[in-house]
Amino acid sequence: MSASSSGKGNIPAIEVRDLTVAYREKPVLWDIDVSIPQGVLLAVVGPNGAGKTTLIKAILGLIKPAAGQVRVLGKPYSRHNRMVGYVPQRGSVDWDFPTNALDVVLMGRYGHLGWFRRPGSRDVELAMAALEQVGMAEFAQRQINQLSGGQQQRVFLARALVQDAPIYLMDEPFVGVDAKTETAIVDLLKALREQGKTVVVVHHDLQTLTEYYDWALLLNVRKIALGPVSEVITEDNLKVAYGGRTAIGVL
Amino acid sequence: MDLILLAFTDYTLRTVIMGTALLGIVSGALGSFAVLRKQSLLGDAISHAALPGICLAFLVFMTKSPFLLFLGAVGAGWLGTIMMMLVTKHTRLKQDAILGIVLSVFFGFGLVLLTWIQRMPNASQSGLNTFLFGNASTLLVEDVTMMAVLGVIVLVILIAMWKEFKILSFDPDFAHVSGFRVTALDVTLTTLIVVAIVLGLQTVGVVLMSAMVIAPAAAARQWTDRLGLMVVVAAIIGAFSGVIGALISSSVPKLPTGPTIVLVVSAFVMGSLLFAPNRGLLWAAYHQYQNRKHLRAQTVLANLFSLAQNHDDPHYPHDIAALRAIGHAAFSQAMRQLESESMVLHHGEDLWGLTDKGIEKAQSVAKDIDS
Repeated sequence: MSASSSGKGNIPAIEVRDLTVAYREKPVLWDIDVSIPQGVLLAVVGPNGAGKTTLIKAILGLIKPAAGQVRVLGKPYSRHNRMVGYVPQRGSVDWDFPTNALDVVLMGRYGHLGWFRRPGSRDVELAMAALEQVGMAEFAQRQINQLSGGQQQRVFLARALVQDAPIYLMDEPFVGVDAKTETAIVDLLKALREQGKTVVVVHHDLQTLTEYYDWALLLNVRKIALGPVSEVITEDNLKVAYGGRTAIGVL
Repeated sequence: MDLILLAFTDYTLRTVIMGTALLGIVSGALGSFAVLRKQSLLGDAISHAALPGICLAFLVFMTKSPFLLFLGAVGAGWLGTIMMMLVTKHTRLKQDAILGIVLSVFFGFGLVLLTWIQRMPNASQSGLNTFLFGNASTLLVEDVTMMAVLGVIVLVILIAMWKEFKILSFDPDFAHVSGFRVTALDVTLTTLIVVAIVLGLQTVGVVLMSAMVIAPAAAARQWTDRLGLMVVVAAIIGAFSGVIGALISSSVPKLPTGPTIVLVVSAFVMGSLLFAPNRGLLWAAYHQYQNRKHLRAQTVLANLFSLAQNHDDPHYPHDIAALRAIGHAAFSQAMRQLESESMVLHHGEDLWGLTDKGIEKAQSVAKDIDS
């Protein structure tokens, strides 16, 4: 299943070319060119409204771009459905939906099952293992509206884990979680990288960048910098991304 | 009693019961998905939008054949839904405004057609106006047969695509990422909801049919936290409401079926909102009361304990007045509760002291507060 085979290691995991996304004439992403190599743990950073979530959604084909192309492991996304595991923002679903944690994690198997086939005992085993991995095994039967924010986030992570994809896209998995959950998630991200997977995470906290990630993409409607964290997170780059914006805000 | 006996012997009544049970099951089951996807009002728009379709089908074919009228209703309901989706996508109007516009335009057009049909000089059109408020007694065997066939088809598709509809309803973006064609799924599920609504129009009427989609699901959600069970419970509530309402309306002359059924299903909703465990209002109120009582008792216990710290004897009894000084007016009840749990000992008059068990409990409460 793992597609990060060494033979095609030089194909970028994600390649975005000339990507422009606009909501009602106002560009959210402007002429983005990004090439993310395989096997990196990359943070997407930038101020609010920089288009971080939009970039993730455009890569996944959830948003139609005004222009540009996205390639995942060298192929257009639509032909590569099971290549990407996805952790959406926690607030994107209604947690009062009548279901339990295990059932949500099982949804991560639906892509492998395809149309009409129901999850079987093998899928339940995988889902339980994933819940175990995020420290949520004892909450498997728990109603999802009775989970804390951090626990809900972990359920989403477990759901992505059972997708067993070579590439992971995660939208702000650290929002609203306690320190313990944050550590657990970071360990998980690093474990995924050790397995040779490519992990792209929308991240907010500039303080923890060097500690958590090896690559970073600095974004503010346009691409500002992409590369190893130490090269991207420089004072000049940050001033371009954040500083200019603040100056305009003050004026 | 007579009615129940009749139900098994009387041919017409049996037809009515089977028809209303069927429509209740189908609308309850599909309604669960409409409610979970926050499309409750879509059902209202669809049912109203179906009226011109019924009238047009009658005008074109000059027959009241249930299947042709059904096709007309589905067509119009569908057209209304598509228009809503298109307007939502291409304008800045909000969903509720669009629903309101489509509903009233289609329903208004339907009423115009209906009035025109009723003025036509031939007798075959009589009875078409029962589609407004519904009339279960007009159900014929051929109607019920069609409802049964279509109902079974709808339910089979629902079961076959259970996993797909579940992921679509919970997290459509994730469904897309998992490789499902979300638009196709959305259209399929919406079509099933349209069919479920149209099946009930003759019995319940276009004006109130949406209640049969929303209410059983809303009631069922109160009783369970599992999607499968919710759908089953909604189907059962829908069936019972349909049958009970139809029986009441057919035993009272000139009582329209739709409003009667809706009153019955509303009673189910009221009961569920009040009495369901966990989510019910009474349950919540009882829990709040219990929590408050518990908290009050713990506060008294902690206060007694801190007062006793001033003495060498932790059992040292204190006057209620001393506790009142610390604050907490209504605690004779709390005292009685603590006494029943043998946490405190009544030393006569207004004097109360802790027992060993009470001391232990007070210490653990204090520890909880500290940590």
